[in-house]
Amino acid sequence: MSAREIRPARLSTTARRRLVHGGLITAALVYVGTLVLAPLVGIAWAAIKPGWAPWKETLTSGDALHAYELTGIIALISVLVTAVFGVMVALVLSRDRFPGRGIVSAVADLPIAISPVIVGLMVVLLFGRGGWFEPWLTAHGIQVIFAVPSIALVTMLICIPFVIREVVPVLEELGNEEEEAAKTLGASSLQTFFRITLPNIQWGLLYGIALSTARAIGEVGAVIVVSSLIAGQTETATLYIFRLFEQGHDDQGYIVALTLAAISIVLLAGIEIFKRREEKELSS
Amino acid sequence: MTGNGIEIEHLDKRFGNFHAVRDMSFAAEDGKITAILGPSGSGKSTVLRMIAGLERPDAGRVTITGEEQTWVPVQERRVGFVFQHYALFRHMTVRDNVGFGLAIRKEKKPEIRRRVDELLELVQLAPFAERYPDQLSGGQRQRVALARALAARPRVLLLDEPFGALDARVRQELRRWLDDLHRELGVTSLFVTHDQEEALELANEVIVMHLGRVEQVGTPNDVYNHPASPFVAGFIGSANVLNGTVRDGHLVFGEHRLPGAAHLPDGATAHAYIRPIDVRITQGAPSGYSYRTTVERINNLGPSSKIRFRLTDGQALLADLPNDVMPVLEAGQQVLLDLRNVKMFEREQDPKHEAAAIA
Repeated sequence: MSAREIRPARLSTTARRRLVHGGLITAALVYVGTLVLAPLVGIAWAAIKPGWAPWKETLTSGDALHAYELTGIIALISVLVTAVFGVMVALVLSRDRFPGRGIVSAVADLPIAISPVIVGLMVVLLFGRGGWFEPWLTAHGIQVIFAVPSIALVTMLICIPFVIREVVPVLEELGNEEEEAAKTLGASSLQTFFRITLPNIQWGLLYGIALSTARAIGEVGAVIVVSSLIAGQTETATLYIFRLFEQGHDDQGYIVALTLAAISIVLLAGIEIFKRREEKELSS
Repeated sequence: MTGNGIEIEHLDKRFGNFHAVRDMSFAAEDGKITAILGPSGSGKSTVLRMIAGLERPDAGRVTITGEEQTWVPVQERRVGFVFQHYALFRHMTVRDNVGFGLAIRKEKKPEIRRRVDELLELVQLAPFAERYPDQLSGGQRQRVALARALAARPRVLLLDEPFGALDARVRQELRRWLDDLHRELGVTSLFVTHDQEEALELANEVIVMHLGRVEQVGTPNDVYNHPASPFVAGFIGSANVLNGTVRDGHLVFGEHRLPGAAHLPDGATAHAYIRPIDVRITQGAPSGYSYRTTVERINNLGPSSKIRFRLTDGQALLADLPNDVMPVLEAGQQVLLDLRNVKMFEREQDPKHEAAAIA
């Protein structure tokens, strides 16, 4: 009561609303700016400041090229696998009602909730020395752990949720009437999927793919557990960045880091731009 | 089997504990429009979906144009299916939507073009060929859906609440238009609706369904004027229900005696079904069959008024009276009523029948 008496005049409702809005917008900008944008600008600056010489050195070194190549291959494999199986799981989750559906849905989310290091350890547990699958694998002369297959495997595990999470809501909103209509018109299940379902979920799917690509490129925690860290063999780009800093090549470390970040940003921005263009075309 | 129509025999379907369709049999005649009429949850859509092959029956047989289809996959049944919410392919133009079935059957491109043009002409949507579904109105979308269903020359046309998502005016228009189209094409058509007016206006034959069973099969005239069960009497025309006891061929309630119960045993509890349009204000001298009531509420609907009367024994009676022949009434006024076309049924054991009749 006393506070009101001291204040010369009460703020009007519009003024107060404007103040609240302004405050929220400022908070959002500061939050995103300091936590996301500033470090990004920092890396970019650190990578550009020393001039072109370190760039040339980095991008022509054999270790760097191999690291990029390995990261590219790993990302490609895990994204392909998680996209195909992700769509399958999404179809099952959104179309079928069966006992244990909730469990499947929750398990599919697990890789987001579990630390990547633990994901790496789980793979070691299955495929490493004394692991469940080790006797069979050694008997057949297949090296999984501390080799490329295990890196692909953990990356896949980490990437599982993205496509599923993006596609399930799209499918649920879509319903299955269009698919039923296609079937009454003679389309087989496969034809229905490729001609009706896939075009309708394409943006959700592409978002999921972009997110899991970004994640696959940047993954380090799980990979570090299962990789033998041999340069030119099992060293991904992120692991290569680690080694560069450890050995005092900070300049090069920033450069590799910037290129990885740039790939992810271009990917997400590209999809956003394409989607907007398509939507504009449809509505015109 | 009646030539080239649709016949179902002893069809049965459960969803978990819910018995959606119970031992249903009927035939939809070749070249006719047949309506399956029932309230929501009566199993009518499930029957249609089983005929199309979108749902598998637990028991029974489906025959289309004389061929058993019970286990034939939906793709091979060659039925045209129209969905309540159109189910147009949203990422395809109107042309591609209509041509979809032909493209799937690997028809030649020029032939598809020709047939699509022909159908768009038929549904009066030729100028809209290159549009997308979300650029069309509801009525236009449903006509595209119809053209799409007809494009591949289906053996029969199945329509699931085809006008259910449209507003009243468009629904009227589309109904008349579908009637014309059917006269032109003569394709055997079976449609599902909860709207009795729609069924009576469009169909050659009406199948009234309730709780997964057939209640009555007949012409619109049959089911309207000669309801076979209390449910049909109550459902078609939203009838009033008056309760009383049978005495000397009359239903007795309070001081009133209503004739028409000669077929019921003395002392039985019975219900009289009277449509709002069969309630009239007594003109001229009151007879022994005039009923004393009080006007309770008047809702003017333009050409007619809905009036709620209260009989002296406390039962309510809803009337639908044309405004031009009606004397000016006001609430509280005492009025004598005539009741016509009364249908009398003994009380059913099944309480759901009573709930379905609208008092």
